[in-house]
Amino acid sequence: MNDAHPEPIVNADSEVYWSAAKEGRLVLQKCRDCGHLDFMPRHVCPKCWSEAKEWQDADGAGTVHSFSIVHRAPLPAFRDDVPYVVALIDLAEGPRMMTNIIGDNALDVAIGDAVTLCFEDRGEARVPQFRLTD
Amino acid sequence: MSEMSLRNKIAIVGVGESDIGKVPHMTGLGLNAQAAKRALDQTGLKPSDVDGLLTAYSMTEPYFMLGSVLCEYLGLKPTFNASLVSGGASPAVMLKHAAEAIVSGQAEVVLCCAGENRATGQSRDQAVAALVAVGHPYFEQPYGASIPSFYAMITRRHMHEYGTTREQLAQMAVTTRDHAVRHPNAHMTKPITLDDVINSKPIADPLNILDCCLISDAGGAYIVTSAERAKDLQSDPIYLHGIGEYHTHEHLMCAESLTEFGAVESGRRAYDMAGLGPEDMDFAELYDCFTVVPMIEMEELGLCARGEAGALVEAGDTRIDGRMPVNTHGGMLSHAHAGAAGGLFGIIEAVRQLRGGEGERQVAKHDVALVHNEGGILSSHCTMILGREMR
Repeated sequence: MNDAHPEPIVNADSEVYWSAAKEGRLVLQKCRDCGHLDFMPRHVCPKCWSEAKEWQDADGAGTVHSFSIVHRAPLPAFRDDVPYVVALIDLAEGPRMMTNIIGDNALDVAIGDAVTLCFEDRGEARVPQFRLTD
Repeated sequence: MSEMSLRNKIAIVGVGESDIGKVPHMTGLGLNAQAAKRALDQTGLKPSDVDGLLTAYSMTEPYFMLGSVLCEYLGLKPTFNASLVSGGASPAVMLKHAAEAIVSGQAEVVLCCAGENRATGQSRDQAVAALVAVGHPYFEQPYGASIPSFYAMITRRHMHEYGTTREQLAQMAVTTRDHAVRHPNAHMTKPITLDDVINSKPIADPLNILDCCLISDAGGAYIVTSAERAKDLQSDPIYLHGIGEYHTHEHLMCAESLTEFGAVESGRRAYDMAGLGPEDMDFAELYDCFTVVPMIEMEELGLCARGEAGALVEAGDTRIDGRMPVNTHGGMLSHAHAGAAGGLFGIIEAVRQLRGGEGERQVAKHDVALVHNEGGILSSHCTMILGREMR
């Protein structure tokens, strides 16, 4: 993956998420009222609409729920990377997120594989990524 | 308003499609207008009779307030007008909104239309790049995820959980193409084989280009009015028996499952309104942006059990002469796909098949049709049941 990849867009919902990523942490939002743990940052809990949210660190382990090997990049920034892996990961804590699987053996990925969090530098920002667990 | 109140209250009285394929001499608005004129001409109604218009959105000609823009282009001054943005589900959702407007007295004759010049109004790279916007801008797009890659992940999960095979997926494309070959206005009419699909250019593994819908210039339109008023028109009315929506997510990362989606619930609502079940359907026009999608819809809408769609397709059940013909016009895989119009051609085809007389494309039993549109990444669902007799 190269540094021409787009930097993440930070907004009010995701400011904490991307600040944490810059420090090498993947954070999840937890509802203080019902305990629901969620990946996608948002103002209210999608289960109970509570506005009382807190952030917790994910430990960085996950399994591959599904994946695709992209041969036709949707944007010029990814054209030099084909074939590359886009995957949905089930984090050990429960929530699901999208990621690339990166690393020399990424194309060997299979559903159910264990993956480990890593980070890709993009300008000033860092983007959570995953590698196949050794 | 209870959905029950819509049963058999309205009818589709005219359908039309524009010239389809590469139509560089026409704009997106022009394609809509041509389809609308062809639909209206069937009915004997005049443009001034149209007092409602529903449309969707356009990416090649990104007008703000597309509904008003189309009314202006067509010289209409309606009392009911909206632009719906439910992605591919929009054409079916339009019928529900049109029905509600007619039953509640907001309009008498509603034109529903959609279409874009996606093949020639933009470059192929622009078309692919514009569709990136369907992915979540902050948590999916940064990973270079394409729409085919989303559906590829769904496909791979279906293969993993149910043993659906590459050949079964390819057969969906082959059967659908075989139907398009019999359609006088389809975009792609060259027969294809399993090997053609399996050896076609890889896009997002396991999907190849022949597993993916077309990028066409195409517009589609249908005219809706009350069942009462339909009696006075020159065209054969096709009645709405049941319709239902269900919306579960937008982005794939937020979908609760990659194999179970909202068509179960939209279908249940449509069946309940109609007082009919899957066993009463004579044929089905399903959304087929990628080969796995109509197979999932067959399962969700009860045309077969979970995981059995692949075997059904392989056995030839979905052919025009099969037990449950699917996508008799060639679907979005082979007939046409242009923005929100893709699913509209399924509605048009259902009306044509129900009326009968489609020659070598005509299904044998054509009393009741099942139509499903989906938008996003199997996010927004709308199912309708249409028939040629009030029942």
